[in-house]
Amino acid sequence: MNLSGSIAIAGVHEHPTRWAPDKTEFQIMAESARGALDDAGLTLDDVDGLFAASMTMGAMGTVELAEYLDLKPDYVDGTNIGGSSFVAHVNHAAAAIHAGLCQVALILYGSTAASNAVAIGTGMGGGGRGWADAFSAPYGVTTVGSYALVARLHMDHYGTKPEQLAEIAVAMRTHAGLNPAAKMRQPITVDDVLASRVISDPLHLLDCCIISDGGGAVVVTSAERAADLAKPPVLLLGCGEALAHQEIGSPDMLTIAARRSGERAFGMAGVTRDDIDLCTIYDSFTITVLATLENLGFCEVGDGGEFVSGGRIKPGGALPVNPDGGGLSSNHPGMRGIFLVIEATRQLRGECGDRQVSGARLACVHGTGGTLGVSHSGATLILGAA
Amino acid sequence: MAGDGGGGGRDLAHPPPHATWETRGYWEGAGRGELVIQRCRECGATQHKPRAVCASCLAGDIEHVVASGRGKVHTFTVTHQNQAPPFRDHLPYVLAYVELEEGPRVLTNVVGVDPDEVRIGMAVVADYATQDRDDGEAFGVLRFRPA
Repeated sequence: MNLSGSIAIAGVHEHPTRWAPDKTEFQIMAESARGALDDAGLTLDDVDGLFAASMTMGAMGTVELAEYLDLKPDYVDGTNIGGSSFVAHVNHAAAAIHAGLCQVALILYGSTAASNAVAIGTGMGGGGRGWADAFSAPYGVTTVGSYALVARLHMDHYGTKPEQLAEIAVAMRTHAGLNPAAKMRQPITVDDVLASRVISDPLHLLDCCIISDGGGAVVVTSAERAADLAKPPVLLLGCGEALAHQEIGSPDMLTIAARRSGERAFGMAGVTRDDIDLCTIYDSFTITVLATLENLGFCEVGDGGEFVSGGRIKPGGALPVNPDGGGLSSNHPGMRGIFLVIEATRQLRGECGDRQVSGARLACVHGTGGTLGVSHSGATLILGAA
Repeated sequence: MAGDGGGGGRDLAHPPPHATWETRGYWEGAGRGELVIQRCRECGATQHKPRAVCASCLAGDIEHVVASGRGKVHTFTVTHQNQAPPFRDHLPYVLAYVELEEGPRVLTNVVGVDPDEVRIGMAVVADYATQDRDDGEAFGVLRFRPA
């Protein structure tokens, strides 16, 4: 049996918190697990696969997490490839379930990045001792800076304008206005984005994701089992992942990991870009969305600025992106990938209230992890309503 | 050689590099004012960052060669916010990729120029910063300045 269509997302939960100084990472994960299992109509006893990553979990973090939850899983995966990890976890869980190595996979994330005052994007000093880190530590490479390197190149090669990047921030804020849980809901304009202070040229403050606390959980199982559970299953139709880095062989920095992961995912699903009703795309920065849309093939590389303008990715547009408001406006607790899966699932179930994308049947999910201009990961899913 | 790295005219400061036996040749070269890159004696590939093996063919027969130190700005960003020392005292500074004549691309800073004057394609040459260290090492940090 093909993997495509045989695996389903059976339960999801986005932790409602955006500010949790009174909670721990594991607590947020556990509360999210309860939410997603309730959503699926399952209990912790049903879980035999554990998938997790966080900003602070160490080398044996999943072992510690399993103890916290008193879980004794048959399959465990602590893959951490940055913020895209949880999108990749769906991919990995699907492979494990498809191979019969586990039946019910629980994917968890939790973070108190905001209440711990973690300067996620702009706090990079020296001291990096890893093989690669030692070569960036002397230079003040911030997360924002690494994405700004790509934005500058895009502007230089294709004439992309700051106003076009700003359109992405405005679109995310417009979506957030329809999401009561979003952290930042006050409308903004292109001029507001351009007037916000420059963090790393050409990216302004409002080109950057917010920092929040939060977490979430996703339950993955076979489509067969999901058919009898509490909520309509959302089917995994295609998936792919890829890594990219920039120093050897002078690769094209505007060809990002999404190119390869997207080709695999669309190829497996057997659908076209025109078939997609909505996207959830990791919007760490505005440039991330633009480069991702291009590399996933929704437009040609270089045409992203034009593509995101004119309301196409806004509510009611031809291709709504991040109906929850994304990391730019809803929540960004350090590693945001799990929310891409949760929002796409909820949209395909038709349970999103004011922000519901009407007639949503097919969603493209893409997470980018790491530092786009230095080394990064990409993971893509094509999800379909059952 | 050290240029103005921004930050109100003070030279951009760098955290002291950390070397392993695998990367020591590079950092010591920078301490002598040389840009040391690697070339595989088996397949001829050049590479940076330094490794014990060739990333093209996994051969272990690697030689160090001194690059010209000439290159072009491939892309850059003017960093206006970094809360971490020492960079917080040197804002704004230029983070860039420089593509070397020999091929490899290096992540670096461009100094000795008003950040607003930096352009993609700008010809640049190597410029080395050295620091007083209490461990007896003589490492340097490679930056670039306009050619």
